[in-house]
Amino acid sequence: MTWVNVVVQGVLLGGVYALLACGLSLMYGVMRIINLAHGDLAVVGAYLVTVVLDHVGVSPFVAFLAVLPVMLAIGYVLQRTILERSLRAGILTPILATFGLSIAIQNILLRQFSPDVKSLGGNAGALTTASWRITGQLSISAIGALTLAVAVAVVAGLHVFLHRTRFGSMMRATAQDVDSAELVGIDSRSMYAWATALAVAIAALGGLFLGIRSTFDPTAGPTQLIFAFEAVVIGGLGSLWGTLAGGIVLGVSQTTGAQINPQYSILAGNLVFLVVIATRRGGLLGSRDGTQ
Amino acid sequence: MTGVAVTKTPPRGRVRRWSRLSGTSTAVAVAVAGVLALAPEFASSNVVLDLTNLLILVIMAVMWNALAGFGGMVSIGQQAFIGLGAYGTVFLVNHGQHPYIAMLEATLFCGVLALPLSVFMLRLRAAQFAIAMWVVAESLAILVTLDSGLGAGTGTSLIEFNFYEPTQREHYTYWWTLGAAVIALVVVFLLLRSPLGASLQAIRDDEGAAASLGVRVTEVKTVLFVLAALGTGAAGAATLANILFIEPTSIFSIQYTAYMIFMVLVGGLGSFEGPILGALVLFVIQTEFISNGTVYLTGIGATAILFAIFLPRGVWGTVTDRFGIQLLPVGRELVIAEEPPPEPEP
Repeated sequence: MTWVNVVVQGVLLGGVYALLACGLSLMYGVMRIINLAHGDLAVVGAYLVTVVLDHVGVSPFVAFLAVLPVMLAIGYVLQRTILERSLRAGILTPILATFGLSIAIQNILLRQFSPDVKSLGGNAGALTTASWRITGQLSISAIGALTLAVAVAVVAGLHVFLHRTRFGSMMRATAQDVDSAELVGIDSRSMYAWATALAVAIAALGGLFLGIRSTFDPTAGPTQLIFAFEAVVIGGLGSLWGTLAGGIVLGVSQTTGAQINPQYSILAGNLVFLVVIATRRGGLLGSRDGTQ
Repeated sequence: MTGVAVTKTPPRGRVRRWSRLSGTSTAVAVAVAGVLALAPEFASSNVVLDLTNLLILVIMAVMWNALAGFGGMVSIGQQAFIGLGAYGTVFLVNHGQHPYIAMLEATLFCGVLALPLSVFMLRLRAAQFAIAMWVVAESLAILVTLDSGLGAGTGTSLIEFNFYEPTQREHYTYWWTLGAAVIALVVVFLLLRSPLGASLQAIRDDEGAAASLGVRVTEVKTVLFVLAALGTGAAGAATLANILFIEPTSIFSIQYTAYMIFMVLVGGLGSFEGPILGALVLFVIQTEFISNGTVYLTGIGATAILFAIFLPRGVWGTVTDRFGIQLLPVGRELVIAEEPPPEPEP
């Protein structure tokens, strides 16, 4: 029964990782770049929610509605200023530029908000403590279930958006062949900017749930980026459903490791990630190089 | 086309590897190394400590540039080897080894470990390689935290270094670091001048095209990966000897990689002299702004973005592009003798 609980808790934990990883997966799928500041942008989202909560006494979910357009704008501007230029400069420049961005964001946050650890859990009311007790050893927390449900909804929503809407088709066309997309009149720069805007907004949503479920501080971003990237690679580059599965596998790996020894939690996740890389497998659902 | 035969003799050219400027500046570089070796004789203790710091930065920058600038491998996990060099030294000293010999052995261990690691890592491309190296560094940091013999999460100090009188210890550490820096620079210099150097620059410019011309890309990259591990490991061992106290979170900190990227981007990615210049720049900035940590690091990050986008060849690369000068002769220059155009026969 203990192990059933370990797996269930791991699946729930995987919801956060999947949520944090969706945007990373989307940007990789559309532009073939990994934004190293992705985790930091999630933390920025969480901090912006605290700013709203300092002024109005609402639930973090309501406060997030005010943060959402800001994050969309940040993503759009980020693409138009930094990422677009670095994309043109070659394959290595986006890594260097987004790494610089990550360092800058962390230190701006440190300066703006203290290094103190924060949490949004206190503002979320009964939701953070509510749980369904299945048996004596197995209970499902309401916030864990909600996170996973939101992660599934976001992946499903992105899938519908990319495959059922005209705008989504244009985005996929840009991802497959940017020159041909331009030929049929698609503004690829705009497509890229909207993809990044979406990715950053979803990252902030991940930051919101991270902040409610646990804690964050100005330097929490890099760890979240590593988890998100591990989820993307375990699930298979370029596949959104794979990313959801990868997040869950990572979550279960971590809770399994923690069950053996609490200090093995992150190590176990890293190990699964390195095994996926070492075995030349393309992850659960993706192809090796991420092209589909 | 009435049968006018134009006999065109190919222009007579020769490949020039030395110029008067590069000859002079190489001599100057050797002289600088000589003066640096004598520095403890006349410089104060603070200056020796500062110079040790600077030399550690030079090693880090030169090695990260060897990896990214010549091999096209951007790693954000090179702090793995900083930590490994430092903790390897701690481990060996705990087992009775002489501290300075232990530093050397820990350095070699980094190179030995890099070889099997390269088999997995070099399959990965671009950002995947970058982050996978980071995961390796984080995992090593956790493993160290789990080992109580290495001081676990609270860190450890190397009391064996206290057997030396402080000034003497500072001097030995300085000479050790200077030796490592000179070896690192000479190895990279010779590597770039060797036949392998042309392959390196071909890979840097276009890996696919290099491979199709018969450059053995994986072998060349492995050499660079192991070299960077050795050098960065030496920088880690020297860091330990210089600060005497380490803990996993700080010695495996990604800040080291931030410094490496800053130095190489500012100095000039893919040039030989650039990283040395970058190390000097970072050294000056560190001494000026270290009291204001967050502003300083925000500036480091912002500068990295600006250089990556607007000045990808860095300060030194831009200077050489514009004026065609090269201080240390690692390249080849084609000198074409001017000849009058051949007269067409009637």
